Amino acid sequence: MEQILANGIYLGSQYAMIALGLTLIFALMNVLNFAHGQMYVLGGFVTYTFYGQLGFPFVVALFLACATLFVLGALIEKFLFGPVIRRSSREESTMLLAAGLAFFFDAVILLVFGEKQRGVPKIVDGVFNWDFRLIMPYDRILICVLAIFSIVGFILFMQYSKTGRALRALAQDRTAAQLMGVNVDRYSMIGFALGAMLAGLVGGLLVTITGVNLGMGGPTSIKAFMMVMIGGAGVISGAIAGGIILGFLEAIGLAVLSQYGDITYLLIFVSLMIFLAFRPQGLMGKPWG
Amino acid sequence: MLKLSKTQWIGLAVFLGAVFVAVPMTIAAFGRTDLFFTLTSVGLLAIASAGVWLTFYIGRINIGQGAFALLGAYVSAILVTKAGMSFWLSLPIAGLFAAFVAVLIGLPILRLRGVYFAMITLVLTQVFTLTALALPITNGAKGITSIPLPGELSLFGITLIPDFATLGNPRVAFYYTTAALMVLTFAAMYRLVNSRLGHLCRSMQQNEELASSIGVNISYIRIIVFAISSFFGGIGGAMFGSIAQSVYPSSFQVADSVNFMLNCFLGGLGYVFGPMLGTLVLYFGWDLLFEFGKYQLLIYSSLLIILMLVLPNGLLSMKIPGLSPKARSGPEVAGKKEEPGQ
Repeated sequence: MEQILANGIYLGSQYAMIALGLTLIFALMNVLNFAHGQMYVLGGFVTYTFYGQLGFPFVVALFLACATLFVLGALIEKFLFGPVIRRSSREESTMLLAAGLAFFFDAVILLVFGEKQRGVPKIVDGVFNWDFRLIMPYDRILICVLAIFSIVGFILFMQYSKTGRALRALAQDRTAAQLMGVNVDRYSMIGFALGAMLAGLVGGLLVTITGVNLGMGGPTSIKAFMMVMIGGAGVISGAIAGGIILGFLEAIGLAVLSQYGDITYLLIFVSLMIFLAFRPQGLMGKPWG
Repeated sequence: MLKLSKTQWIGLAVFLGAVFVAVPMTIAAFGRTDLFFTLTSVGLLAIASAGVWLTFYIGRINIGQGAFALLGAYVSAILVTKAGMSFWLSLPIAGLFAAFVAVLIGLPILRLRGVYFAMITLVLTQVFTLTALALPITNGAKGITSIPLPGELSLFGITLIPDFATLGNPRVAFYYTTAALMVLTFAAMYRLVNSRLGHLCRSMQQNEELASSIGVNISYIRIIVFAISSFFGGIGGAMFGSIAQSVYPSSFQVADSVNFMLNCFLGGLGYVFGPMLGTLVLYFGWDLLFEFGKYQLLIYSSLLIILMLVLPNGLLSMKIPGLSPKARSGPEVAGKKEEPGQ
């Protein structure tokens, strides 16, 4: 039981971070970022290159991964999503762009890093063992703590900094924010960059545990969509709740249902659909986001 | 009946001539019979994409067509292999079953809008794949293989369609069947869009509350449209299973669902024939880029992105001076951006 709870917290904290980036981009631009999983993989590969290959300290590599994705996100918003949103007659057209980007990242990752599974040396050795009731490697605990700190940091940033206030205003009402003197174009770019950076940060953190490979992008995007749906699209607290709930469901499902074969995800999907039938806007979302 | 202008009749005649006469003759002249298979795939994917386009027409982003295509493929395969039913009977049953399931699933999920509907349909595709893996009747990951080719179809002793197994090249037969199905599908779509139901759909696309307030039964229409959409998905999937003579849970996955949606976007959401053109361009574009080897995906995705920047409203939104587009779906409908409803 303690083991399941610990696994739930560990999975949930990672998932919440992935969902945060996706929901931030959605709240600001109304864009469903299909390429989110690929951004996460890219962050993992940047960390792998600097930490695993070139021997930089882990923190530096992590910082570089964040910086790369931040710049990449800003450029994508400035030159791709911005113009398309302005010119297209239907907002959904951005989905084709996002899917195209997902393919593009997949192609770049395939060409630059290949399709092999890559791993890096452990950052901390040893396993935490509490009387065989709770077993957890130290590096997992460290990553989990780091993830929780990042989430708290992100919330504080959104709540108290000037940029955070501007972003929240933008998410609430674009026109009103513009009328109050918020530079909409600039903050859209920053918001998208922040969302991409969060994806890169999780990728960088997780590369130390699960490693990274090309095929991880798509499934990660689907999981992120699910978390956002559970919590409600475009709501930060919802993304965190969704991530933690999915993390626990997965941990419990894998522990309890393992003898019935691989049906955990089937059950999660089906219960999600039933849940959404009763509460279409998710736990904390506004109706008809 | 359909009221078509003179240019539209000519366009229709040219199109039918190209599909049924010119293309087979050209292929025969160059001896590239493998192209029959490619074009058949394009036709079937276009049928499924037409369904997706129809849900776009009521303002819903459907990324779940792969689920219904998979369902149709399995229904037809199970009926043919386990019950020994004729393929030609199992084809409409597969479509109708997909439509029936769409009604059941649609009742709750069609209440969702915008990205919520998009995401739930994406999840739906995953659910169907996982269900196909878990159920005993679908044979799990091994799938259903060696499905017999479609048999003879005769009415009152007159053979309408000969037994595919006796033909020298069943691919040609599949090509003609698919072409006929595709023409029927798009004729039905054109008719539907230009009917009263089409007008109601357009009113829903612009504003559901407003449509509802002037007496449009929106919940009824969206169920009907989703059912028709899934019917096309089921038909397309069933034909695909019959051509490949096998069905696996991975026959239609999330990537396929996304591709169906991309076909519609690429062709243009405001045009009935958008999905057909989009499918053709995407499928052939991918095939043509095969020569670039490992750069295939890179070039393909870059082209997609550039296309989106240049023509964000789809290929058919391209204006050719002096030529009125023959494939317009009545009035321009893609005009309005959805307000972010708070």
